Amino acid sequence: MSGTHQATYLGMPAFPQAADASTRNTQLRANLRHATHTIRAKRATAVAELDDWSRLRAAGAAIKDRTLRHLDHYLERLENAVTAAGGHVHWAADAEEANRIVTELVRATGEREVVKVKSMATQEIGLNSALATAGITAYETDLAELIVQLGDDLPSHILVPAIHRNRGEIRDIFAERMARWGRPAPDGLTDAPADLAEAARLHLREKFLNAKVGISGANFMVAETGTLVVVESEGNGRMCLTLPETLISVVGIEKVVPTFQDLEVFLQLLPRSSTAERMNPYTSTWTGTTDQDGPRTFHLVLLDNGRTDTLADTVGRQALRCIRCSACLNVCPVYERAGGHAYGSAYPGPIGAILTPQLRGTGSELDASLPYASSLCGACYEVCPVAIDIPEVLVHLRERVVEGGPASVRGTRAVIKPAKGHAAERAAMRAARWALDHPRVLRTGQRLASRTRRFHPRRLPGPGRAWTDTRELPRVPEESFRDWWRRTRGESRTEGRKKTT
Amino acid sequence: MTPPDPGPRKPGTPDPGSRKPGTPDSRALVMARVRRALADVPRAETPDAVPVERTYHRVHGDRTAAGTVDLLAEHLADYRAVVHRAGPASLPDLIARLLADRGATSVAVPPGLPASWLSAVPESVRRVPDTAELTPHDLDAVSSVVTGCAVAIAETGTVVLDAAPDQGRRRITLVPDHHVCVIRVPDQVVGSVPEALERLDPARPLTWISGPSATSDIELDRVEGVHGPRTLEVILVAPEPETAGQN
Repeated sequence: MSGTHQATYLGMPAFPQAADASTRNTQLRANLRHATHTIRAKRATAVAELDDWSRLRAAGAAIKDRTLRHLDHYLERLENAVTAAGGHVHWAADAEEANRIVTELVRATGEREVVKVKSMATQEIGLNSALATAGITAYETDLAELIVQLGDDLPSHILVPAIHRNRGEIRDIFAERMARWGRPAPDGLTDAPADLAEAARLHLREKFLNAKVGISGANFMVAETGTLVVVESEGNGRMCLTLPETLISVVGIEKVVPTFQDLEVFLQLLPRSSTAERMNPYTSTWTGTTDQDGPRTFHLVLLDNGRTDTLADTVGRQALRCIRCSACLNVCPVYERAGGHAYGSAYPGPIGAILTPQLRGTGSELDASLPYASSLCGACYEVCPVAIDIPEVLVHLRERVVEGGPASVRGTRAVIKPAKGHAAERAAMRAARWALDHPRVLRTGQRLASRTRRFHPRRLPGPGRAWTDTRELPRVPEESFRDWWRRTRGESRTEGRKKTT
Repeated sequence: MTPPDPGPRKPGTPDPGSRKPGTPDSRALVMARVRRALADVPRAETPDAVPVERTYHRVHGDRTAAGTVDLLAEHLADYRAVVHRAGPASLPDLIARLLADRGATSVAVPPGLPASWLSAVPESVRRVPDTAELTPHDLDAVSSVVTGCAVAIAETGTVVLDAAPDQGRRRITLVPDHHVCVIRVPDQVVGSVPEALERLDPARPLTWISGPSATSDIELDRVEGVHGPRTLEVILVAPEPETAGQN
């Protein structure tokens, strides 16, 4: 690996700690603000061009729902169609198995190097570091992934993994690191985006021309025909999909759509939502292998890795509609300030906050904190091209974190224990429920609170301290509303009601 | 376009491409998980019972055939494709001029490209036939490529290639840095994405091209020209000879 290490998301801190650090990084915040605001306006224009956007959106959601409710049916059809077209289908229950399958397939070719198209699924399973362990070097060929790989960094955005870097930082990474991985950056490289793109073109050219094995994901898989679809911009996808002799595609099982015709919806929704274009520069589709055109061998690795657990949750299931456009990231006030790394997975932003805790479970402190990484403003739902009600799922997952309850864990039914950190919150809620059920207790409590108000602290002690770090405790009034009502107009209840209505 | 159904694979049948990992057991395991996860779906429910309302437009707006071609030209140019118009008679001269302007010394030629298209290109420009023996390195040394197309989409400014004989293998339109693509108008032009998919055969490898290669990876700003051809020139050829020349 040319002496570089593989960055991973393992052992990342919980969202609040990570965000506490990242929100203090003024450079990061400036980069993110600039990029997300640029794309927001463009997306709105691209979407406004289609007066039937809401119908396309509803159709997109419905097609995905149909697929998910009958996923077994469509996976079988897909497998048959891919096999009939000359492809080989493999099934991976988890990340480890997927990595093992891909490693074995690459080994069988005798090659030690592979070229990769940007793929969320392979990012999710940590394929590059698994291949590195087996002595296989994976070259990322998407410009942003290249920036991330050269910088020993982690992706922070679904569409633009290096969104946290500005042009000056990218220039420095290219100038310093390209030589380690292959052709060095040209002398006197400037930070003009066109020059940076040219440097990437030159650096990767030899890798494409010599590549024998390509690894990709897919945006869609058509069950009816066995057709895979990759949507991209730079042409690195086309290079990886057509020049190598062997192509290995790792794709989540939820990426299947029923028919070729269904693409008419998604190929309108996706480009406008993600890069804000009428159409992205390149879309490639392939069905198995083609004689004397493109790879001679095609392997499809179908990945579960928590997707069936997500599918088992009737509220959370809708997260599997996601087509990875990243529109929700670009409008999210929390993402804009915290940045993608704070989410601790390949899926940052609002969609990550509902997808990651479902794919991985809420067992770790980080994953349990993700459903709280939102102000529930709902902007993500508004822009989602497949109408995923992200706030609904966030609230649902918060309930699971606090209350525990039944969930699917690696394919089996389990009962999740309530999260530890929320014991005080639960106790407070139980006490409040009891008091509100007992009017006399409530009255006594309120009077007691009023009489002692001079002695109340401005900040809570103990477990409540964190809550008052950024807020003042509300002041208790001299008199409770109920007492005031009774004193000023409440001789009897009925009279009081008459006066006000 | 459904390929022949080989029938469901029985559990226990070895997976064709792999040896050990990804055993049929994993297939059975994942399928069993999927079915368990869908316990809430009534057994009697068929996939078609889940409603999908296709109330979206087949095509956006109402245009004449000529209007659709104009929109295509406009949208192609929007994403930095260079658009030209020609008639059948003026096409060879236009192609020859585009290659000459570029200083092309060689041109990749799909097997089924109409012979007349390159008839005005001087012999000094080497013809590189699209053969299986051609290596990516060979192609990297080729200046330009001239092809036809399968269909073009006006609303999105997209040209679709389906590797038919007048377009050749996918790689010949990828590695050379200059792509000249000829569209027969109005026959090959459709208004919308849904109309295009209707005309396409999913069994063929498809390449949808909307402008030259580009990236938005630096500060989410679009820059043209990364790995694919950095110059895309599109020639709209109308059956009746028109005044040839740049749009």
